[in-house]
Amino acid sequence: MSALLEVDGISVSFDGFRAINNLSFAIGAAELRAVIGPNGAGKTTFMDIVTGKTRPDSGDVRFGETSRSLLRMNEAQIARAGIGRKFQRPTVFEDQSVAANLTMALKAGRGPFAVLFWKPSAASVARVAELAAEVGLAEHTGRKAGELSHGQKQWLEIGMLLAQEPRLLLVDEPAAGMTLAEREQTTALLVRLARTRAVVVVEHDMDFVRRLDCKVTVLHQGSVLAEGTLDHVTRNPDVIEVYLGR
Amino acid sequence: MTRQPLILRNPSVLVVLALLAVFTLAVTLLSQAYGSGVVPTSTVKILGKTLCLALAALAMDLVWGYLGILSLGQMAFFALGGYMIGQWLMYARTEAIVAAAMAGNPIPPTAQELREAVANQIFGVVGSSELPLAWAFAHSLTAQLVLVVAVPGLLALAFGWLAFRSRVNGVYLSILTQAMTLALALWLFQNDSGFRGNNGLSGLQNIPGLDGVPQATLSVWFLWASAAALALCYVLAAWLVSGKFGSVIRAIRDDETRVRFLGYPVEGFKLVVFTLAAMITAVAGALYYPQAGIINPAELMPIASIYLAVWVAIGGRGRLYGAMIGAIAVSLLSSWFTGGRAPDLPLPGYTVKWVDWWQVALGLSFVLVTLFAPKGIAGIFDRLAGVLPPRRHGRDLGPGQGALQEKEAKA
Repeated sequence: MSALLEVDGISVSFDGFRAINNLSFAIGAAELRAVIGPNGAGKTTFMDIVTGKTRPDSGDVRFGETSRSLLRMNEAQIARAGIGRKFQRPTVFEDQSVAANLTMALKAGRGPFAVLFWKPSAASVARVAELAAEVGLAEHTGRKAGELSHGQKQWLEIGMLLAQEPRLLLVDEPAAGMTLAEREQTTALLVRLARTRAVVVVEHDMDFVRRLDCKVTVLHQGSVLAEGTLDHVTRNPDVIEVYLGR
Repeated sequence: MTRQPLILRNPSVLVVLALLAVFTLAVTLLSQAYGSGVVPTSTVKILGKTLCLALAALAMDLVWGYLGILSLGQMAFFALGGYMIGQWLMYARTEAIVAAAMAGNPIPPTAQELREAVANQIFGVVGSSELPLAWAFAHSLTAQLVLVVAVPGLLALAFGWLAFRSRVNGVYLSILTQAMTLALALWLFQNDSGFRGNNGLSGLQNIPGLDGVPQATLSVWFLWASAAALALCYVLAAWLVSGKFGSVIRAIRDDETRVRFLGYPVEGFKLVVFTLAAMITAVAGALYYPQAGIINPAELMPIASIYLAVWVAIGGRGRLYGAMIGAIAVSLLSSWFTGGRAPDLPLPGYTVKWVDWWQVALGLSFVLVTLFAPKGIAGIFDRLAGVLPPRRHGRDLGPGQGALQEKEAKA
């Protein structure tokens, strides 16, 4: 299996603090992966680097069949190449309706003029309705996103990610602030999505990771500490030391 | 699926167009040139100029209310539009006068002599007799009309490209725009910049080739042109902000980073809107200054652009008609209060003279609007239409931030 995303020996430091230290990481085209690690392990910085928000000091990030380097692309170009990101805090456009939020995320031309002359088609309207139904917001398409509850905003953001049809999905702590039932729904959705695309979930809730039932990468101090099944890594003495030793 | 036409999706367009038509017709029928003469020509000019200011406010609202860039240099584009049309107005008129004066000469003047004489007439006041390079196209109305939109458009494009590419945002960007207009003003103040220094361009109310038409008639024509430009640009702006494009620019205003992660080239969108707004503002300026009659570099001082921002804030950001209402109401009130016609307000021990106190009142109302009615005058219409911000008072029911709230749960 060839890798969809290959992170090769990246390092980055902020004001002398090494957030990422010679990190290498690869994920296949249809794979679910959980990234865990204590606070400050570099999980979010790792996502920032892949999505173009932060530039690494050294190393390379390659994506796709042609192994295109992502380092020379900006956030928007990386997103267009097929990498979607779900933030920890739900970020939706609160002043706009659920339907407008989803329509904006729909896969379509992103240039100013393409957008200016874009018109909703029967297909796009149907797709928005379908996505809204999928994330349980079918009755709320006309409401402003700002009126939704926290959980509903999380779902709307997931819906927007689906609308983008990314090939790689980076999800930051999806279970934060969700009820038990919502967590189960989220798990099922992530597992289903990973059949057709790569999904990387950053999480530090072990129960949630266990439910995902996938390969786990443990980050510590900016590099990979262990990799394997959850049972495998939790038996690893280094991991036990990092998580329980202090 | 058929999509509703723009007018049905955005009923304010129809209302604004109807009001503009009624207003223009009423002024025409009351004017000295075409009607009863109740409205004097000077008032017709003030009304025509006010429509131009409303057009500038419309463009400002696109940039500030929809895109979120508080541009404090917007009136630079307005004045540049005025300068571009002013060049032709002044050149062509001077040429006609000089040609008439030289017609009596025993030897008819050559084109070269005529040109030199015109240059001497225009630039004698700043001690020069040569036509600067910037006036190369001043003889051609077509060329100067193109320059009216091209020069401010290119300036906005270059400025925007540099600023947006470096991701300058917020207050820093506002200060940059202010610096731009100030720098331009200071440059134009110099005698050798080729635009007659602090004298500016004058006599613009006299339209070459229309010597026989009295000002009373011309003022009504300009009112029509200003109203037509405002109507056209209103429809254009309403179309721009109604669809997905409007959705994206409002999203950029609210959370630029998130829009980037959706794959939209944020800088491209900003450039398109900023440049388009600059061109609309320039058209407004090109219609304004022939009615004002004179333009000088003081028009580019940052204070003019700050006034524009105040009008839009009082009228209501993010609503196209709000910006227009703000510009029309505040600028008319302003010319009434500062015109010395407003009655003094006698207080015990002190008499409030509005000429002195108007600025204070305006400043105070700006602060009050910002604090208590951030939606401005347009907020009243929102309230009438029942568009209310989501009410999320009460305690959170769940542990998570933003969980269902007491009031929502009851509903």
